[in-house]
Amino acid sequence: MEKKFIIALSGNPNSGKTTVFNALTGARQHIANYPGVTVEKKTGRVAHRGFDIEVVDLPGTYSLTAYSLEEIVAREFLVNERPDLVVDIVDASNLDRNLYLAVQLRELGVPLVIALNMVDVAKARGIIVDHEKLSSMLGVPVVPMVARSGKGIRDLLDVVVEEAKRGAQWQPAPISYGRDIDRSLDEIEELIKESNVYDTKYPPRWRALKCLEGDPQIRELLERDPEQGAKIKHICENTAKHIMDTQEEEPEGIIADHRYGYITGVTKKAVKRKIELRLNLSDKIDKVLTSRILGPFIMVVILYGIYSFTFWVSEVPVAWLELFFGYLKMVVSSLLPQGVLQSLIVSGVIDGVGGVLGFVPLIMFMFFAIAILEDSGYMARIAYMMDRILRWFGLHGNSVMALIVSGGITGGCAVPGVMATRTLRDPKERIATLLVVPFMNCGAKLPVYAMLIAAFFPRDRARMMFFLTLLSWGFALFAAKFIRSTILRGQKTPFVMELPPYRAPTLQGLLIHSWERTWQYIKKAGTIILGFSIILWAMMTFPGLTKDAVRSFEHRRADLKNALLASPKMKNWVRDEKDLDLLDRLYDEYREGQGEKEALSPPNIAGSRLFPLIRAAFVLEKGGNSTDDMEEGPFKAASRYLDFRRQMVYIDREQHQTALKHTIAGRVGRSLERITRPLGFDYRTNIALVGGFAAKEVIISTLGTAYSLGEVNPEESGSLSERLKHDPDWDPLKGFTFIIFTMLYVPCFATVISIRKESSWGWAGFSITFNLIVAYLVALVFSQAGRWLVPGF
Amino acid sequence: MKRVIRMREMSDDQKGVIKKISAAGDMGRRVREMGLVPGTLIQIQGRAPLKDPVAVKIRDFILTLRNNEADHILVEVDGPDL
Repeated sequence: MEKKFIIALSGNPNSGKTTVFNALTGARQHIANYPGVTVEKKTGRVAHRGFDIEVVDLPGTYSLTAYSLEEIVAREFLVNERPDLVVDIVDASNLDRNLYLAVQLRELGVPLVIALNMVDVAKARGIIVDHEKLSSMLGVPVVPMVARSGKGIRDLLDVVVEEAKRGAQWQPAPISYGRDIDRSLDEIEELIKESNVYDTKYPPRWRALKCLEGDPQIRELLERDPEQGAKIKHICENTAKHIMDTQEEEPEGIIADHRYGYITGVTKKAVKRKIELRLNLSDKIDKVLTSRILGPFIMVVILYGIYSFTFWVSEVPVAWLELFFGYLKMVVSSLLPQGVLQSLIVSGVIDGVGGVLGFVPLIMFMFFAIAILEDSGYMARIAYMMDRILRWFGLHGNSVMALIVSGGITGGCAVPGVMATRTLRDPKERIATLLVVPFMNCGAKLPVYAMLIAAFFPRDRARMMFFLTLLSWGFALFAAKFIRSTILRGQKTPFVMELPPYRAPTLQGLLIHSWERTWQYIKKAGTIILGFSIILWAMMTFPGLTKDAVRSFEHRRADLKNALLASPKMKNWVRDEKDLDLLDRLYDEYREGQGEKEALSPPNIAGSRLFPLIRAAFVLEKGGNSTDDMEEGPFKAASRYLDFRRQMVYIDREQHQTALKHTIAGRVGRSLERITRPLGFDYRTNIALVGGFAAKEVIISTLGTAYSLGEVNPEESGSLSERLKHDPDWDPLKGFTFIIFTMLYVPCFATVISIRKESSWGWAGFSITFNLIVAYLVALVFSQAGRWLVPGF
Repeated sequence: MKRVIRMREMSDDQKGVIKKISAAGDMGRRVREMGLVPGTLIQIQGRAPLKDPVAVKIRDFILTLRNNEADHILVEVDGPDL
């Protein structure tokens, strides 16, 4: 039997922790969230020397306070789960600051091994770390390594197994913080030991230290014993007052100073520095990439490049997926009899899930691109350069990526945009960002804009598109400002951020990174999105038309047929319904073949006695005239036949329109008329907007049905455009209002689900309500102001 | 001659030693855990295109702070009193 134990990886952001984790566990990783929070918990397994080692990747932190979610999560895991060993990844090229966390882990007393990573980078910068001396001074094993190239990984595993076999115990390190604090620590430690109320999860001295630091979580725990708690509180307050009086500092500051003092003492002995290089390569790159004029210019080029690259490479696979789902629909349609089941599977399941899965290549490449920006260190520079502007709107420099991905240059997608907000650390800034990214002009809104612009602003296409892009930025930023000064009001969090050195990303890291985020998205599509898509399908299908209504349409069709059969022009060609069915079938087949020459046509058509009629009808339908070599007879019949076909199509469309109006969505649309009338929207636009909740491009196909145009392909919406242009209900103002409303109203449900995933159902619900209100008010202002300013508009 | 100025007032590439951190709370904690403690040598690395935030080289890495945050950090630099 293999023996099992658990190790936890801790370390600063940018210390190479993820690289160590990937090198240890390879692809055997599992991602979940820590209970109750959105912090990711990655676990993996590795077998070494007969041991089965479970590796838990703790969130990257600089410290172990109780002021950020990541730090609380890391601390709770260490204390509650008691891993057999903690491996702290320390960046040798940035030793002092990285040891700050190591010192705190020693204070807590966890069984610790230090993985001294990136010794190659340190060496290149003239920093030589004597790992044996470091080890003896800190009192823990130190393993030098270069995780990127896998060097030292085996040594690390050897030491880990060795330590685990030894059964290393918790042993807090004694560090001095100056006479005043040390004395108070002794007193509090005694008081904690005397009490029998406190649990023994935390070492008493560590608890005393946190109490002096003013750690809210630990202070609360100490109040569980009212008697001792009061005494401890008294000591903490007195110490704080005394230190403030004598040194003009808070105990917390003094403690931090002493930790760094201790670290400086250690590194003075364990680190040798050759000549200090004035500028390393990374600094030189920064001199260009963040310079005053060139910096922003290069940033725009890089962002635009990444953006167009992503859409360019994903175009082909997205088209394949579309083809695949189109094919799947065809196969299912031909296998299943026409009816509710077929409609459910084709329009509910395949369209819904297919629409979402169709985004997968896009999301994968987008995350790949973002991973490159993050892992190379450039993302931090973007935040650094953009912070001044975005700060004014209550956002953070890092918000810019999410806004661009969502459609900042027109034609993005809010789903990866919402997911990109993960790079924001402050929860308020993150939520404000993810609430406003749906305002950007994603790719699915573009066909709607294009159709309406073609109808009402045909001469200003490019200018209109540019104007709409500016508008969406404006709405997103000012909405953020509004949110940050009302419901998410709060101090701006300190920007204090590291600019990590530029590094070439590793391919393994990039692949794991982008794949795991994509996989989470796919899992969502299979569950929640499928459910929603079926609900929406049902809303647009049920209740169906009453039997009477269906019968009345049947009657009209039968009347048309009888009239055609009774027509003298058709006498020589079609005598009964059987003939007519045959004609319909052959004509459809011939049309699909694009009217091939007689010799090339299939024998069943060419050999039919109806062939002259079919050919004449095709010529007429294409807008041609009879030619000399054709007889007059078939043309008269063909003209009559085409007339019949047109009327049949018209009845079909009317039936679709009536049916849609009759469904739940139709009823919702009609009942909403009372609210939407001030905007100039009637039930048809309302139904389309309800459908647009599934995906914005659905707006066009639903409008097509609602205006009884039959199927309208979003890519070729010319007929709908023409129809609206000549509709007395529509004018340029209504067109523009509709564009604005489409830009701002509810995010599509794939986005809503992503928002929920990144925050909560509450915020997802808020997003729907907030966006609807904003859309309504803005559209109202535009339409009313437009009528008032230009009365005859 | 030595004088003490606020970090915001330092010019690009200027070096100095941190004298005092006057920020408390979250801000004070964040700058301290990043290694901005009295006695530390720093050098201004540069400023963002809009002159804010400021990038500082400290120990072996680069830290960025907004100007209003740099106001809380007092630095001793070479130079005559103004």
